[in-house]
Formats: sequence, C-alpha cells, structure tokens
Amino acid sequence: MKFLKTALAATAATVLFAGSALAQGKPAEIKVGITTFLSGPASVFGVPAKAAAEMIAEDLNKKGGIGGVPVKLSFVDEGAGGEALVSNYRRMVQDDKVDATFASISSGSCNQLVPVAEDLKVMNFMWDCGAASILETKKYRYNFRTQANGTPEMLAVLLYLLKTKPNFKTIAVVNQDYAWGRESWEIFSTALKAMKPDVQVVAELFPKFGAPDYSTEVSRLLALRPDVVFTTSWGGDLDTLVRQSGQRGLLQQSTFILAIGESSIQRLGKDLPEGLIVGARGDHWFLHPEKKGDAAFKAFNEAFKAKTGAWPIYPVYHMAQAFAALQTAYDKAIKANGGNWPTREQVVDATAGIEFATGFGRPVTLRPEDNQGLEAQLVGVTKTVPGYDFKLLDNMMIFDPKVITNPAGIRSVEWLKTLKPEFVKMDVPTFKQ
Amino acid sequence: MNTTLATLAVLDGISYAALVFLVSVGLSLIFGVLRVVNVAHGSLYAFGAYLAATLSLAVAPISPWLTYPALIVASIAIGVICGGFIERFLLRPLYGRDDVLQLLITFAAFMIMDNLQRLIWGVQPIFAAEPLKLLPNISVFGVAYTSYQVILLPLVALLTLLGLRYFLRRTLAGAVILAVTEDREASTAIGIDAKKVYFVTFVIGASFAALGGALASPTTSLVPGMGADMIVLSFAVAATAGLGQIEGTALTALMIGLTRAFIIYIQPEFEVLVPYLLMVLVLLVRPFGLFGAVQVRKI
Repeated sequence: MKFLKTALAATAATVLFAGSALAQGKPAEIKVGITTFLSGPASVFGVPAKAAAEMIAEDLNKKGGIGGVPVKLSFVDEGAGGEALVSNYRRMVQDDKVDATFASISSGSCNQLVPVAEDLKVMNFMWDCGAASILETKKYRYNFRTQANGTPEMLAVLLYLLKTKPNFKTIAVVNQDYAWGRESWEIFSTALKAMKPDVQVVAELFPKFGAPDYSTEVSRLLALRPDVVFTTSWGGDLDTLVRQSGQRGLLQQSTFILAIGESSIQRLGKDLPEGLIVGARGDHWFLHPEKKGDAAFKAFNEAFKAKTGAWPIYPVYHMAQAFAALQTAYDKAIKANGGNWPTREQVVDATAGIEFATGFGRPVTLRPEDNQGLEAQLVGVTKTVPGYDFKLLDNMMIFDPKVITNPAGIRSVEWLKTLKPEFVKMDVPTFKQ
Repeated sequence: MNTTLATLAVLDGISYAALVFLVSVGLSLIFGVLRVVNVAHGSLYAFGAYLAATLSLAVAPISPWLTYPALIVASIAIGVICGGFIERFLLRPLYGRDDVLQLLITFAAFMIMDNLQRLIWGVQPIFAAEPLKLLPNISVFGVAYTSYQVILLPLVALLTLLGLRYFLRRTLAGAVILAVTEDREASTAIGIDAKKVYFVTFVIGASFAALGGALASPTTSLVPGMGADMIVLSFAVAATAGLGQIEGTALTALMIGLTRAFIIYIQPEFEVLVPYLLMVLVLLVRPFGLFGAVQVRKI
C-alpha cells in the first residue's frame, strides 16, 4: 500500500513537471538585453545599432512579436567597460531576468561577457564582435555568433586584392594599436604569406587608438611608395587617415584597402577617390546587388534613413541578423515543442545549427560544432555614381562563407598557413553597381 | 636613416609639436597663475574644435576664407563662455580650500562637458577641412606636405610663444598676472584685484585650449572622447616642462614632436610611449620639470 502511494505521488509529480515543460504558458514579453557602445569613439557603431534594434523591435511587435509575444529591449553601454560592463550585464540577466542577450561590439567585451553568459545560463548572441579566437578555444552551449568573424572578413578582402591586382610587390599596414588592429593584420599577413610569399612588407605602423594625426605615417608611406596600403581602422581614425592621405596624394600613389571601410563611406563623401578596395564586414550593403530590388529590403533601408539621416551600415545589419536569429530560434523551438511555448533550454537547443534568412543578403548558418556564424563576405571598389554625394561600391564580389571560414576545431592562423596560391582561383561572381 | 628621411621627420616633428604646444600652454598658464590642475582642459579643446568646425561649415559656402576668422571666433567664444563659467561658478568658491576639491570639480566639469558634446554634436565623426584646403601643398624631396601643417601651425605656435612672453614681461597686465603668481597676498595688499586676474588668466588659458582644438579641426576627425586623449598628453607636456613654464612647454612639445617623428621612422612600435618616456626620464633627473624650480612653501 505504501509502495502504491509512493508510486502515485511520483507519477503525479512527473506529470505535473512534464506538463509544465511541455505546455508552459506564453510570457507577457521576451526580454532582450543588448550591450552596445553608447559613449566613446565606438559609438559610431553602437548608436546606429541601437536605433536599428529599436526600429526592428517596434516593427516586430506591430506584427505580433515572436510566437505572438512582444519583444522588450534594454540596453547597457559598452563604453563603461571593464567591471562596470560585467556588473550591468549581470544585473540585466539576474535582476531584469532577460530571456536572451546580444553582446557585444568589442571583442574585449565579448571575451569578458561570454563566460558570464555561460555561467548564468542565458542565451547570448555575439552580434558584432569579430575576434575568431573566442569560439576557437572552447565549446560553449549558450553563446552563438550570429555573423562572421575576422578570419573570413580579412581573407575576403585579400582574395579580392589578389584577384583584381595580382601584380603588387610591396605592402604596408596602418592599423589602430589595439587587439583588432593587431589580430586583423595577423590574419591578413598570414594568408598573404601563404598565397603570395614574394610580397615584401615595407612598413607595419600601429598608431595609437584615437590618434588625431597621421602626418608622420603618411610622410613615411609617401617616401616608401608601397604598392598597397592595408588598414582595418574605423570610425574617426579611418576618416582622419583617409583624409590626411588624400590631401597629400597617398591615396593616389598606392592602392588602399579599407578592410572595414563600408561604415565610413557616407561620411567621407567626395574625399574618397575611386578605386579603393572596401570590405563590408559581412554580406550587406544598402545597395546589395542581390537584394536591391527587394521591397522589404528597400523599405528597411529607407525607414532607417528616415529615422537617423544615414543609410544603414554594417553594425545595423549585424543587429538585424541577431533579431533574425532570435526569431528563427524561437519559431523552431515552438514548433519542436508541439506549438507550446518553449523553455529557455529548449530555445538554446533549437538555436544550434539554425540557418536564418537575413533579408538583406544570403542566409547565415550557425555552425553546430562551434556556434560560429557562417556569413558570406561582400567586397567592392569605390566608384562615383551620379545621384549620390559619396562613393558607392562597384565590381562587388560575394565570397562563399563555407570556403573562406576556417573549419571548426582548427585555429584560424594555423588554417591560413595551409592555404596555397591556387586558393585565389576560386570562382566568385562579380556584380556591377 | 638618410638625410632625406631625417628632413621629413623634422618637418613632421615640428608640425606635431606646434599643435601639442598650443594645447598644453593653456594648461600650463592656468596652473602657473591659479595653481589649479584643470582636468576640463581636454573638454575645452574638444569644444573649440567642434565649434570651429560648425562655424567653418556654416560660413564656407559664403566664402571659404571666412573659415579662418571662424577658427578664432570659436576659440574666443569657448574661452570666454565655458572658461569664464568654470572659473566663476565652479573654481572661485573653492580657492583656498583643499587642492583635491579643485581637481574633483574640474573632473566633474570634464564629464559633464563630454556628455554635452555628445548631445550637441552627436557621435558621428565631423570633419571640416576647408581652411587646410585653401592653402597649397608644398613638396619636400618629392613628398607632399600641406602648408597648413608645416608652415601655418608652427608659425601660430611661435607667435603665441613670443606674444605670451611679451605680454607677461612687457605689459602692465602681464606684470599684474606675474605679481599675483608670485605672491597673491602681497599683490592684493597693494590693490591688485586677484579675483579678476584669476578670471582673466583662466579665460586666456581656456581660449588657448580651444584654439588648439580649432586649429586641429581642419586636419582631424572630431569624435567623442577626443578631449580625454588630449588632456593626458597635455599633462605629460606640462609636467615635463615644469608646471607653469611657458618656454618649458614649448621646448617639451618640440622634444616630444621630434622624438615621436623619428621613432615612427625608426621603431614605430614605441610611438605611443614617447611623451611618457620623456616625462619619466626628465622627472627622474629634475623632479620639478625642465624649467621648474624648487618652491618655497609658506607655513
């Protein structure tokens, strides 16, 4: 009799527990916590991305939200940095009880917050940070990168250079002196040595981050006359470098590669000459050759322009990618749960390996082995087009992410060393503006 | 390094030194007279740059040459309005009290101005190069230089140095400032209005910070946080020179400019360290700075 009572109680408990998991009621809202730069130099990325997040969430909620549940956003300023950023992130997760986080722009922030997200068991989308090493050194359950990393981004601009100007002999680099500047050059130069070992690196210049003056660097490059000048600088630093170089004829003397220059094109206006190689840090550009006729794509771009006064730049699209991934993950989890609202763990399970349409480029896949996003890369060359007071991209190539991303489990630099000169010969479609 | 590269490095060094001097001299002047370490100096530099760019962009369509007066107007406006406000309402109540309070209040002013800057001008970089484009490039050993950077900026810096020397040593107003610097109590006893001297000196110092920003604005992108970077460098220059030393500031700026330029040509990895290495080396040998002297403290 005692056994029977125990068995009945256990059965009742199991049914209750399973019922709560299988038919969990819909929450009032899906809370998403976002870290982005709202202060400091990187706010040139963070502020447009925040505007995009608000615009996307508003639009999403007008259409009924995700699975019928509206999305509610909260933001943390990455500019606070260090301990303040981690504290605010913890508060957002533990006190505000967000369901998912999008963190962050800076690779330094990602390095800090990824272990915290893992510890707090909250799903986190690394929505913009590019350091490849974060997902190469450890397998995470709760952290996903919803875009590419620095390796395919740098490899794409190098391949573009090798395909379009294969006869250069000398190269110089001018990168900001911090983690991204150093790591991006390591990726680029490692691949360059593997695919074109006869090229001579004549200068490696790493001016201080935020440097107001590049006159000496420009003088040195004018004297050295390298065939190619490579830079992954961004924001005000890139604007200053490009303008000071242009004023003194360096842009005309050497072939410039602005590896993530898409975000500066509109600001640089007519100061940017034709013929510069520009990377888009992903498969997005407000006149994307495969999407520019798409009504929803045009509507998004125009709405953003109306809201902020500028056409979207890559962090805007990266933010949109994170939302697309979130929606796809929830939809998949709801479906897998028989139409019932999923638990957080079920959403995390559903996120691994998803492919999601971005609406402004080719679909992105979250590789299940390491949660790394496989995103195509768009690279082009600057060109004057009537009707625009800034340069547009022409002769655009879109590189297949499966080919230019290092395989899971192999460190980027080790993989890049194995590339051969024949790697350049891959077929890549070219699009005119 | 051959003669050609050495010449290029000297030109680059002088151009950089001119800008560094113009920004640092205001900080040095304020400390020399008021004994206040003005942390808000970087914000005055940034505000000068932003206002100059705004005015330049506004007047350029009328006549590009109006952009030069715009730089001067912006410097004076920021010096008088922002500098005057800081001295009158933030610093004056604290004179005679603990130095730490002055440091804290100017730091607070810096933080407030940093946020104001974002509210007024936004976060996107601003560039207004019209004054620079008006002047022709010159060629040195086949390398193009803008005459704005290698001629105009050093010329303005030199005139500022000579003008300040003349003002402080040959005019009555300068003599009054020096008297207050030397002994505030004694100068007050003979009828000098020390409060007025402090106010005027602070406004002049603030105007120099703003002038540095205004003259830099045609060459660089104006971005959030630009003031913070400049204040660290200005402190290094002022400390190396000896706080309050105008000639020392000029010499230190020149040393930093030239060393930095040669380092970029020879060993660019050390560029960032140059001002601070120089500061450490000088202060190890002369703890009061290059031109500083041991102070006698009244008890």
